Amino acid sequence: MSAGPKLKVAIIGTGNIGTDLLIKSMRSSSLVCTLFAGRNFSSSGMKKANYLGVNISDRGIDAIIEDPSVCDVVFDATSAPAHARHWEVLREMRKTVIDLTPAKLGEPCVPAINAESCVESGGGNINMITCGGQASIPIAYALAQLQQEIEYIEVASSIASRSAGPATRFNIDEYVDATESALLKFTRARYAKAILILNPAHPPIDMQTTIYAKMGTPDVTEARKAVAAMAERIKVYVPGYEVIVPPTLEAGRLITTVRVRGNGDHLPQYAGNLDIINCAAVAVAELIAARASSSTVVRFPRGKSNA
Amino acid sequence: MPRVTISDPTLRDGNHAVRHQLKKEHFAVYCKAADAANVPIVEVGHGNGLGASSMLVGECGVTDREILEVARTNLTHSKLGIHLIPGFATVKKDLSQAVSMGVDVFRVASHCTEADTTERHIGYLREAGKEVYGVLMMSHMADPQTLVDEARKLESYGAEGVVIMDSAGAYLPNDVTERISALVGGITVPVGFHAHNNLGMATANSVAAVNAGASIIDGSARGFGAGAGNAQLEVIIAVFQRLGIETGVDLYKILDAADIAERDFIPLLPSISSVSIVSGLHGVFSGFIKQVQKIAAERGVDPRDIFAELGKRKAVAGQESLIIEVAIDLQKGKKLQ
Repeated sequence: MSAGPKLKVAIIGTGNIGTDLLIKSMRSSSLVCTLFAGRNFSSSGMKKANYLGVNISDRGIDAIIEDPSVCDVVFDATSAPAHARHWEVLREMRKTVIDLTPAKLGEPCVPAINAESCVESGGGNINMITCGGQASIPIAYALAQLQQEIEYIEVASSIASRSAGPATRFNIDEYVDATESALLKFTRARYAKAILILNPAHPPIDMQTTIYAKMGTPDVTEARKAVAAMAERIKVYVPGYEVIVPPTLEAGRLITTVRVRGNGDHLPQYAGNLDIINCAAVAVAELIAARASSSTVVRFPRGKSNA
Repeated sequence: MPRVTISDPTLRDGNHAVRHQLKKEHFAVYCKAADAANVPIVEVGHGNGLGASSMLVGECGVTDREILEVARTNLTHSKLGIHLIPGFATVKKDLSQAVSMGVDVFRVASHCTEADTTERHIGYLREAGKEVYGVLMMSHMADPQTLVDEARKLESYGAEGVVIMDSAGAYLPNDVTERISALVGGITVPVGFHAHNNLGMATANSVAAVNAGASIIDGSARGFGAGAGNAQLEVIIAVFQRLGIETGVDLYKILDAADIAERDFIPLLPSISSVSIVSGLHGVFSGFIKQVQKIAAERGVDPRDIFAELGKRKAVAGQESLIIEVAIDLQKGKKLQ
């Protein structure tokens, strides 16, 4: 990493996702959070940001409109409908936007697969899909590389109830829709289905995602190799990512289960869902920072975001 | 005289008992029989409801569309009902189709503490002019006050009634009395109860629910439902008749309907198997039983150990993927956390 200036990032949305992103951005050696904007100074995220000495605003997107030079990159951690409005404005302002809502407006991005092409030609809007998408799509993609056709791919994620904030709950249909579209795009499967289970158990469960694939007669040994290699690529930016059931044949279906433990930044470790989408978003921002500060081509992934 | 509305999930919960393989002709024959018996609501579909056919919880032999078509054709007096869980079913893919196909009653379900996932689905359906109930599943996992708080949310979204499910068959009658009383006192819309029979309490629990003020009761022909089955509909109708609880259901005709169900599509009458008892004791979702037995047999592990471990991990419906993980762990004889 060059010692050049850090990339200025703004975060809109001060819920769980936004607050966790703030902590991850502050830890990054190549990012600096120059604005944390929401609608309510009394939200717990806002209080935390204020305590951490970050520039805060309760004017949401207007804070960027009023001071366009405040940031280079915007993380949108609001909601899918709000993102559509934000993008109209931010596109005009030529800001690069990393979208953490399931709005599906930008190029769907999974860093282990396509971060570089998204940064190079993403049209300024990079969509981080969903937490379940970040956990499952790279595995599904690795399986899709083994054989020409996947007939059907299904991914089911269980997340702790406490890790799902109001926007996630309200937008559960958008979650399903965005995860399914991205699965189809990355695997070229004929059909895709995404399921999200909110688990109310106490103590909260870790995030788990199971990927089911119907695909001819897969070579399980090859599938395990491919999945293990992909998991290594993901671990570079999501340290808590782990394959707990390697590809296993069950009634003609290939089943793989992964677990994601969070870094415990804003919510405790069980909130792997929060962690994985945010680690992915930060990895993309760091790639943008590296491109901005260096003329040499930087291969992705380069190292841990907290290195 | 108390009056209760009977909702009959034979063709929905029963689908769990046959790994979601009920056929079109089964939907047709039972809808006709229940309609003749004047059952107010006949619920149909995949065991986990609309849009739930999946590798995770089991693939349905027929599509939602086919099921709804057959049921619609064969119900004239009874209302056509469906169950749906946000996270499986979406407005765009599933609900709009069900609305346009003429489903009358929608029961929008979530886990007992997750009512706020149902807000937009309930809103959409009320907007479409449908009859909508909120359902809290696995209700034994929440204390009575929490259930009341969640039920209030459902009411505020527009639910015209709130049904709590004893999905694991874990309640004893006093548990039911406590929860139903709290709900009846805490919300203004009707309260309902959906029993499972793992501990042999389904009928007694349904009676306790009515005595505590519930006015919607679920019952299945022969108890055909997940795990040890539901409250046995024809028994409930008879018992309610003895207790002077009005249901409007014709006893002889519902007995006929139950005979038809047994003859045509219940391959194995629900019974309280040893494994069901263990599942009820540990408060694990009854719908897991088929997959647990299959995976236990394949991997040579004791299904009771799988249930005990699933109970420890507080597994809920939709976490079927945990079964194989637990089985593999047990197989390895690995020490579990």
